[in-house]
Amino acid sequence: MNAEAGRVRSLLDFYVTRARTQIQVQFQYRAATYFWLIGMLAEPIVYLVVWTTIAEQQGGSVQGITTGEFAAYYIVWTLVRNMNIVFTPYGWEWRIREGQLSAALLRPLHPLHDDIAGFAGWKPVVIALWLPIAAALWVAFDPVLDPTLLEVGVFSLAIWGAYLIRTMFLSTLGMITFWTTRVSAIFELAIAVELLLSGRLVPLPLMPDWAEDVAAVLPFQWSFYFPIVALTGDLSRGELLGGLAAQLLWILALTGLTLLVWRFAIRRYSAVGN
Amino acid sequence: MTALRLAWLYFRIGSMNELQYRANFLIQLLQSAVSVVTALVVLKVVYSYTEALNGWSQPELLVVMGIQILLGGVIRTTIQPNMQRLMEEVRDGKLDFALTKPADAQVLVSVREVRIWRAVDIVAGSVVVAYGVSGLDRSVGAGDALLFAALLLVGAVTIYCFWLVIATLAFWIVDVWQIIELFDGVYHTGRWPVSIYPLWLRIGVTFIVPIAFAITVPAEALTSRLEWSTVALAVGFSAALFVVTRYWWRFGLRRYSGASA
Repeated sequence: MNAEAGRVRSLLDFYVTRARTQIQVQFQYRAATYFWLIGMLAEPIVYLVVWTTIAEQQGGSVQGITTGEFAAYYIVWTLVRNMNIVFTPYGWEWRIREGQLSAALLRPLHPLHDDIAGFAGWKPVVIALWLPIAAALWVAFDPVLDPTLLEVGVFSLAIWGAYLIRTMFLSTLGMITFWTTRVSAIFELAIAVELLLSGRLVPLPLMPDWAEDVAAVLPFQWSFYFPIVALTGDLSRGELLGGLAAQLLWILALTGLTLLVWRFAIRRYSAVGN
Repeated sequence: MTALRLAWLYFRIGSMNELQYRANFLIQLLQSAVSVVTALVVLKVVYSYTEALNGWSQPELLVVMGIQILLGGVIRTTIQPNMQRLMEEVRDGKLDFALTKPADAQVLVSVREVRIWRAVDIVAGSVVVAYGVSGLDRSVGAGDALLFAALLLVGAVTIYCFWLVIATLAFWIVDVWQIIELFDGVYHTGRWPVSIYPLWLRIGVTFIVPIAFAITVPAEALTSRLEWSTVALAVGFSAALFVVTRYWWRFGLRRYSGASA
C-alpha cells in the first residue's frame, strides 16, 4: 500500500516538475508563440465572418444563433483550439521512423506521461499570451457572452477534459506508424472528419441532422463543441454535469484503447538508436 | 532567358528524382481528395442556409475555392520548398554553395526544389474551377479565360515575391519557421472572396499578405466582375513588388556571412 502511494507521489512529482520546466522553457519563446497564435486566428475569423454575413442577410440570425452568439462561439473557439493542441500524430511518425522512441523507452515511465505533462505545461503560457488577443477580438467582433459561475467552472474543467480526449485520440492515431510509415493520408482523413463533426467548422446544430447523429457517437464534439457551448450556450445544470461525465467516459475509453494499441504496437518497434 | 533555362533544368532533375517514388503519388492523391471533399462539404453546409454569400453564388464560390487549391498547389510544388531550403541554408551557412555558382543567386535559390507530386493539387484545383465555371449562368469567353490565366500568373508572381521577402528575413532572424505557420493560416482566408471580410482584414490580405490579388482577382475575371482598374492595380502592384523584392534580396544578402559549412 505504501509502495503504491509512493509511486503515485513520484508520478505526481514528475508531472509538476515537467510542466513547470515547460512553462519556463516556453515562456522564453514568446514571439514564436505569438506568431503561432496569430496564424491560428485566420481560421475562426474566416468562419465567423462567413456566418455573420449569412446571419445578417437573414435578418440577424441563422437557426436561432445571432451574430453576437457566433462571435462568442468563435472567440471561445480560439482558446479551446489551443487547448486542443497536443503531441501530433506526425510527431509519433517522426519519433517511430527516426528511432527517437528508443531513448524514451529506456526511461522507467510510459512515454505518454512525458507528452501529457509537457504539453500541459505549455498551456498556461498560451493562455496568458492569448488573453490580449481575446481582448482584441472582443473589441472587433462584439460578442454576446454572459456565463454563470457554474458555466465558468464547468468550462475550466472541460477544456482540460478536451485536452486529454484529444491527446489520447491523436496518440492512438499516431501509433498506426508502428505498422506503416505512410500515414499522412490517414491522418489528414481523420483530421478532416474531426473538423466537420467536432464543432470546429460550425456549431454542430448547423450541420445536417444525420451528421449530428453521427457526431453524437464520436468523441470529437466532447473535445470541441461541448467546452465552447458550456461557456457560450444556455445548457442546463444537468447538461453541463452530464457533459463532464461524458468527457470522463471518453477519456477512460480512449486511454484504454491507447494502452491496448501500445501493447501490441511496441512489439513491432525495431529501431536500435537515434 | 538563362533564368528560364536554368529553372527548366532544375525542374526536370527534381521531377525525375521525385518520380521514382510512385507510391507518394497515391498518398498525395488521397490527401488532395480529402481536402477537396472537405472544402465541398463546407460549401454545401454554407449554401444550405443561403442562396448567395454577399452576392457570390455557389458556382462562383467554387471558382474561388478552386483557384485557392490550384495556387496552393503551385506554392507547395515550387515556391515553398525553395524558400524553406533557402531559410535552412542561411541558418546552417550552406548558402555558400549556391552563391559560388556562376548564375544569378536569386534565380538559383528560387528554382532548386520541386515537389512534383504536390502538383496533384494544381490538377484538383483546376477541376474544381472547371466544375464551378460549368455551373455559372453566363458563359466564359476565350477573352475571359485568357485574362484569367494571365492574372493567375501575376498572382503566382506576387505570392513568390511575398515569400522571398519573408525568406530574406532569415538573414536577420534565424528562426522564421513560425512565419510559415502564419502564412499557412492566413492563406486559408483565400477560400472566400475578400469582399466579405471587414475592412481591416481586407486591407491585410490585399496589401500585407497579397492573397486578394492572387486569388480573388483571377476569380473576378471568370465571374464577370472584373474592372480594368483592378487589373491595372494587380499588375502594377505585382511589378512594383517584384522590383522591391529584388532590392530587398540583395540588401539581405549583404548580411550573409556563412562560411561555416
